[in-house]
Amino acid sequence: MKVVTVQNISRNFGKVEALKDISFDANEGEIFGIIGPDGAGKTTLFRILTTLLLADSGKATVDGFDVIKDYKQIRNRIGYMPGRFSLYQDLTVEENLKVFATVFNTTIEKNYDLIKDIYQQIEPFKTRRAGALSGGMKQKLALCCALIHKPSVLFLDEPTTGVDPISRKDLWDMLIRLKKQKITILVSTPYMDEASLCDRIALIQDGRFLKIDTPAAMTREFDKILWSVQSDTMSKLLADLRRHKKVKTCFAFGETHHITLEDSTLTPGEMKNYLTGLGHTGIEISPIAASVEDCFMDLSGNQTEK
Amino acid sequence: MQQLIAFIRKEFYHIFRDRLTTAILLLLPIMMLILVGYAITTEVRNTGIAVYDPSNDIATQAIINKLEASGYFGVTRYLSSPDEIEHVFREGKTGLAVVFSERFYENLMHTGEAQVQLLADGADPNHAITVTNYATTIIASYQQDLLKTSVSGIPYQISPEVKLLYNPEMKGAYNFVPGVMGMILMLICAMMTSVSIAREKELGTMELLLVSPMKPIYIILSKVVPYFFLSIINLTTILLLSVYLLKVPIAGSLFWLIILALLFIFVSLALGLLISSMVEKQLVALLISGMALMMPVVFLSGMLFPVENMPWLLRMISEIIPAKWFIMGVRKIMIKGLTYSSITKELLILGSMAVVLIVVSLKKFKIRLE
Amino acid sequence: MNVITAENLTKSFGSFTAVDHISFEVAQGEIFGFLGANGAGKTTAIRMLCGLSKPTSGKGFVAGFDIRKQPEPIKANIGYLSQKFALYEDLKVWENIRLYAGIYGIPEKEIGRKTDEILQRLGFENEKNVLVKALPLGWKQKLSFSVAIVHDPRIVFLDEPTSGVDPATRRQFWELIYDAADRGITVFVTTHYMDEAEYCNRVSIMVDGRIQALDTPKNLKQQFDAKNMDQVFHQLARKSKLNGE
Repeated sequence: MKVVTVQNISRNFGKVEALKDISFDANEGEIFGIIGPDGAGKTTLFRILTTLLLADSGKATVDGFDVIKDYKQIRNRIGYMPGRFSLYQDLTVEENLKVFATVFNTTIEKNYDLIKDIYQQIEPFKTRRAGALSGGMKQKLALCCALIHKPSVLFLDEPTTGVDPISRKDLWDMLIRLKKQKITILVSTPYMDEASLCDRIALIQDGRFLKIDTPAAMTREFDKILWSVQSDTMSKLLADLRRHKKVKTCFAFGETHHITLEDSTLTPGEMKNYLTGLGHTGIEISPIAASVEDCFMDLSGNQTEK
Repeated sequence: MQQLIAFIRKEFYHIFRDRLTTAILLLLPIMMLILVGYAITTEVRNTGIAVYDPSNDIATQAIINKLEASGYFGVTRYLSSPDEIEHVFREGKTGLAVVFSERFYENLMHTGEAQVQLLADGADPNHAITVTNYATTIIASYQQDLLKTSVSGIPYQISPEVKLLYNPEMKGAYNFVPGVMGMILMLICAMMTSVSIAREKELGTMELLLVSPMKPIYIILSKVVPYFFLSIINLTTILLLSVYLLKVPIAGSLFWLIILALLFIFVSLALGLLISSMVEKQLVALLISGMALMMPVVFLSGMLFPVENMPWLLRMISEIIPAKWFIMGVRKIMIKGLTYSSITKELLILGSMAVVLIVVSLKKFKIRLE
Repeated sequence: MNVITAENLTKSFGSFTAVDHISFEVAQGEIFGFLGANGAGKTTAIRMLCGLSKPTSGKGFVAGFDIRKQPEPIKANIGYLSQKFALYEDLKVWENIRLYAGIYGIPEKEIGRKTDEILQRLGFENEKNVLVKALPLGWKQKLSFSVAIVHDPRIVFLDEPTSGVDPATRRQFWELIYDAADRGITVFVTTHYMDEAEYCNRVSIMVDGRIQALDTPKNLKQQFDAKNMDQVFHQLARKSKLNGE
């Protein structure tokens, strides 16, 4: 069942085209990831779907309701966690939760089961003011507040930006548990490594979807030759690889550099000779499968000139 | 309903958790009134009087003696011409000038009427008012004495003519109380309401409230109710302080004074809502309510400067300032002790402003982010 | 030569010890990764090193100056960039550069040359007259970084400089960092991207106010028998008693 449908949504702010002809569907109990950097249009899309903004053109439904006509019904059945921390900093953890329970005409007790897993982690601090929580804790509280009324669709706008890897993992574990309860989750993130945790992802850049697919299919369809290259002098290696005529792109990827090739005739052996000739030691070259980040960089075309 | 109550409670948390703001909100009216109070000297003792007495007869002598005997006044100068009055006031030792008409006793006996002018230094209007009131009372009591001893049965009539020099319209502390009331109520209602809504927008919590089934009217009410209560508290403090500390009596009906204040509170709250629907930032809300509401209240409401003497354009603008009508009404009821029929116009104007502004601000409240 | 030395640096807020006896040294031209979960004490430690906050106990020297007694000369010798970039949105690109150059006391006649140099290095020649608010986030961060080192400081502190930046720009940003390090500027950087931890010469991982590990990424991976820095981080940070608090 399609819980979210979006058809040809566009939206401008003055001269800036924030969204250009966006279409996609999200199914019940699916984690649909919208992956892209800041300023790509993720927040605008979320605001349109949560009935906070009107699109200039196009149609969208959430849980079967039209985002313009039936905004009241939609507001009853969605949970929304905006990008920046949007809780009352001067209220305590518990008071915040109570306020949002009341907003949705429910009580903490009624839906405690749903939030139990996360809430237990912040419960020791329930009398602390929200403003005094650390980043990870704030996000957990915000998620609790967004879930308190047992929404059927959850919109999470960059829930992990600026959050440390541990809290990020906790949050994703939680999302995967929620998914089992048939809650549809739309989540946006600038962290490409989180893409693999989604059922399907859309890559977004400059208001356009570059591609929509499952993470596996997306990386499978990567059509360039991709190598991982390492040596003992990584910073020099970057420059030297970029100077090579048959190297199309070269980017640092953690402990290795990823290169795509202009032409498939080059062999790892030839490359190793080239690098050894330039004085590199400890060279390791291996063809690898693409990650979502490789796909994004390839599709976005936002690459530095060699 | 439960939603609403929970939300109003939340709003009170916001107010009271911010100790500094709470303190300012509750103490501000007290501070302002005390400041005003210090500016007022209600104590009248040994006020120096200058006398111009061209008649110099038994009646004028008796009146001067009576004034001195009261303990409030002491003659510092006898003037040879009324022109000296201004000079005498400049010296500062004299608070009141008594100017008898010529042939005072003769006129009193033959025509039954005589004039005396009481001139006070209006730079300190409260003092001036008190002083002239005392003097008038003393002169009236002399008139009573005279009537008692009268055999002819002629109703002697001494008419004191009171004049304030330098400040003929008697702008001052008596008028300050209505002004302070207007300012405080506008401040609490309009400024605080608009700032607290703008804060929710700025923090992003408004976004969450909008994406919830919470009715917009509840959001508005939850913002308005706490400040309504605060302004009632402030109103009470102001009235108590002005009656007991500043000795400014409530001359007219307390009931109608409260009705007038309630109307003004509604107008101010609606203005606050209206401002908040136009702005996204607390700072802007603060500036707009400061510039667009407080400045006119101070300068155009007649609180400090007489509006009548202003250029035509400013006078026109002052007509649409709610505080002007409120302050006018309060003056009539509280200071002058007039009945409610005298403030029908003010009540009607404030009432219609309230209705229009509330309707407009409710209509303007956005159910989306833009 | 060490440009940062910390000896048992400690900062307590009431009964809570945010930074608990940390000791480390950072050498000139080094890229030093300062990792830790939210609330592990990173920001507090950086504030002390920048001379913005006095340590409760312990010693620290930055660029040869005592952080306790000489905060002013420290400020003249460091650059600082937080995740909230410090540029003025309503000023143009060149106006921002000029402003900061002025703040850091660069002589008037050099400012013009510096401005051109920065614009050229960033490839922003055509955006010289653009208002900063019209730039994409990644560009702003790159510009902020260049502005933070406009006075050629000995050390630059970067607090999560790449949060939310797109993958390509994130890498360009790191190339700017390398560039600065090659010019002898020491880079002290925090990040939540574990792949970026790999780019550092040495990495420290802070848990509950203490430094639990400090070494090159390679040695850390060996020591913790981990494939990448992400795994190293998880192994350590999981031990937190406060659980991310």
